[in-house]
Amino acid sequence: MIVRLMGDAQYRVDDGLRDELQQLDEQALEALEREDEEAMDGYLDRMWTLVKERGELLPAEDLHPSDALIPPSDLSLEETRKLFSEDGLIPDLPGR
Amino acid sequence: MAGLMSRASTVVRAKLSRLLDRAEDPGETLDYSYEKQLQLLQDVKRGVADVVTSKKRLQLQTGKLEQELVKLEGQARQALGAGREDLARQALERKSAVQQQLQGLDRQVQELEAQQERLIASERQLSAKIEAFRSQKEVIKAQYSAAEAQVRIGEAATGIGEQMADTGLAIQRARDKTEQMQARAAAVDELVASGTLEDFTSDQTQLDRELAQLSSSSQVDAELERMKAELGAGEQQKELEQ
Repeated sequence: MIVRLMGDAQYRVDDGLRDELQQLDEQALEALEREDEEAMDGYLDRMWTLVKERGELLPAEDLHPSDALIPPSDLSLEETRKLFSEDGLIPDLPGR
Repeated sequence: MAGLMSRASTVVRAKLSRLLDRAEDPGETLDYSYEKQLQLLQDVKRGVADVVTSKKRLQLQTGKLEQELVKLEGQARQALGAGREDLARQALERKSAVQQQLQGLDRQVQELEAQQERLIASERQLSAKIEAFRSQKEVIKAQYSAAEAQVRIGEAATGIGEQMADTGLAIQRARDKTEQMQARAAAVDELVASGTLEDFTSDQTQLDRELAQLSSSSQVDAELERMKAELGAGEQQKELEQ
């Protein structure tokens, strides 16, 4: 699958890595829900490291959409929460 | 329950599909999307320039404060040499306040540095994808029927749309950071102007004036001593001559 490290680039990851990422992702979400920013940042950092070390960087000109986006760890809890609401952190794309 | 990764992806896709749903003529959609991509590329370049400007402003302030540190250190020595421990203490207290300000500035410069790097990386990604999109767009327009084109456009547009959302977020975050720093710098300027805070960088502070007085009075003392000595010598000379 293709994952995007938000604010960085896209990477192709194999199934083994995908499973590891999903476990960390669940833990990150739990940390977000119990408002434990330090723990959440820790899980996100580990996800970033795994992807950078074992993922395959996609060339910048690749136009494939990603299957998953991994937020950066320097967002606050509030910002991370906003990331998932439609009128949240990600700006609207220009419409007509 | 979906984790963070898939939720973020869902939000971006929802935004994109709403955008694509509104499109009617594929060719027009492609050209319009391309135009928007170029606008965003300009935005990200402007974002980099803004961050660089803010960073320069902070670096300028850093330079001034560093000069101030050296000056205050010298003033403390001068005051101590003149036996004015009270003034020396004042100078050192101000020096420690300036040091704190400097540490704050250093952190901010580093933060801006990080924002700048991200924007540049984002610009590189976006720029490469726009170029790829531009050539695909011509192929799609030339070779496919309307129905086929619709599918291909969907693929290309989703890929580049995700990049646009990511770059948009990077621009937004850099802008927030820059604004926070400008607001803080302006607040400090205001405090200085209203006299609430001493202006560390103004040429003449109370301490400067007192130290200037001190050194001029010690100069006067020295001169007096010299004159007295001359006069004394003159008197002795006269006494000898008599």
